[in-house]
Amino acid sequence: MINVLFKRELASFFATPVAYVFITIFLILSGVFAFFIGGLYERGQADLLPFFNFHPWLYLFLVPAIAMRTWSEERKNGSIELLMTLPITTFQAMMGKFLAAWAVLGLSLLLTFPLWITVNYLGNPDNGVIVAAYIGSWLMAGAFLAIGICMSALTKNQVIAFILAIVVSFLFVVSGSGIVLDAFKGWAPSFVIDTIASFSFLTHYESLAKGVIALNDVMYFLLLMALWLYGGLLIIEQKKAD
Amino acid sequence: MICVKNLSKYFGDFAAVKELTFDIKPGEVVGFLGPNGAGKSTTMKMLTGFLTPSGGEIRIADMAMDQSAQMIQQKIGYLPEGAPAYGEMTPLQFLNFIAQVRGLKSGEKKRRINEVVEQVELHEVLDKPIDNLSKGFKRRVGLAQAILHDPEILILDEPTDGLDPNQKHQVRTLIQNLAKDKIVIISTHILEEVSAVCNRVMIIAEGKLLFDNTPETLLSKSRYYKAVTLHLSYSTDISGLAELPGVRDMEVEQKSGRVTLFPEADTDILHLVTEHIQQRKLPVDTLFVENGRLDQVFRDITHGSKE
Repeated sequence: MINVLFKRELASFFATPVAYVFITIFLILSGVFAFFIGGLYERGQADLLPFFNFHPWLYLFLVPAIAMRTWSEERKNGSIELLMTLPITTFQAMMGKFLAAWAVLGLSLLLTFPLWITVNYLGNPDNGVIVAAYIGSWLMAGAFLAIGICMSALTKNQVIAFILAIVVSFLFVVSGSGIVLDAFKGWAPSFVIDTIASFSFLTHYESLAKGVIALNDVMYFLLLMALWLYGGLLIIEQKKAD
Repeated sequence: MICVKNLSKYFGDFAAVKELTFDIKPGEVVGFLGPNGAGKSTTMKMLTGFLTPSGGEIRIADMAMDQSAQMIQQKIGYLPEGAPAYGEMTPLQFLNFIAQVRGLKSGEKKRRINEVVEQVELHEVLDKPIDNLSKGFKRRVGLAQAILHDPEILILDEPTDGLDPNQKHQVRTLIQNLAKDKIVIISTHILEEVSAVCNRVMIIAEGKLLFDNTPETLLSKSRYYKAVTLHLSYSTDISGLAELPGVRDMEVEQKSGRVTLFPEADTDILHLVTEHIQQRKLPVDTLFVENGRLDQVFRDITHGSKE
């Protein structure tokens, strides 16, 4: 059943310009970040670290854009009533939506393969590291997506869903950045700082981007996805009709 | 087959549905009538498992809604208000999707899609995005979706809203032609629709069930039920009509000059009236028996509830 819903959602991404626009923008921006800001060439190293390092910031704005329609649109045009009176569970509907959007994100990542070819042409990168970083980036995208879908479940207004998703995602990103941690340093005990940092996408993504697939980082992102999707599920069940 | 007991739904402090109790058996075509905001749609949303009731119980096919919603939903075809669909899909893709969710296997799926496309005449728009269709076609796509799996229970929220008279007729015929052992519930504002397709009427206002009987019984509540209306070519003395036995009242409409004679309860006065006309040689050019006026009964019942 999830499979039927997944196909419908995926087809709807491609029936409207959403997927094409998203993928195009993603490819352009990730290229711009990697080359102009990350200095992929100038570094003179055959790896994709400058490319992967900007992914959290890229996802921060792009993933909420693809997540905002998932439930808000259903609410807005009333099709949620149709969907929820079909003999399916809310969980199946949620998974169909999530997996379809996650697949679009995965496809966007796959389409950055020319970069991979480029570094392989220019030097001898560690391809295992690159594969691991791709997987890490996709996992992180899933966490961003789960937050966005949960926010989309809250409201029938896509703009509100978009902004809420950015704000919440932003909190998860910056909680590991130097600015936030510095604000706590000096007065807070170190375990507090560690806890705050451990909530951050950046902390967990850092090692993944370097090619280290540690179980706790992977679990962190999977758990985050499960939690936010479950939150969205509860919201939908509670206020289907609003 | 459908058993509803003390069904209530509150939105905050507002009671949308209060203590509804009714049973519906196979073969019944029920019309939900009521003013806007009366609780018709809310009731339907609870019957289809979309909304959770605040109180009371819904049992359909011997299953409780709060325990086996999915099993019940398989038996129900539902057209929500406004016939929502996925606008970017074409009717064919949409029906395919619904058929898959409904678990129809490929051979049967094809056959059923062809059948419903035939029934609601969707051929010409099958490959156009639903967003681009006219209101009438959108409504028909919604209907096709609801009857696709040949459900035992069909719940249609305002199925003819926004259709032209031909399409309305078509939808009514469709409902009438559904197998006789099914349950059909429709909600509507159009009073004639009820006498055209339903064999049971429920009037709901302010969340309460105010009338539950056949359309004929509803009509017989009208003051105009079996009243005789006539028109004279030129004015003459008609006071004799009002004094006929069985005539309770006579009214003359100023503008059209039409005379309406109201009978006492359960009395046929037509033969008396025609006899009188023949005897007096009254210049009558129009004469007919009224069927009862639903709009007036509807107003009486729904406004009566407020007082």
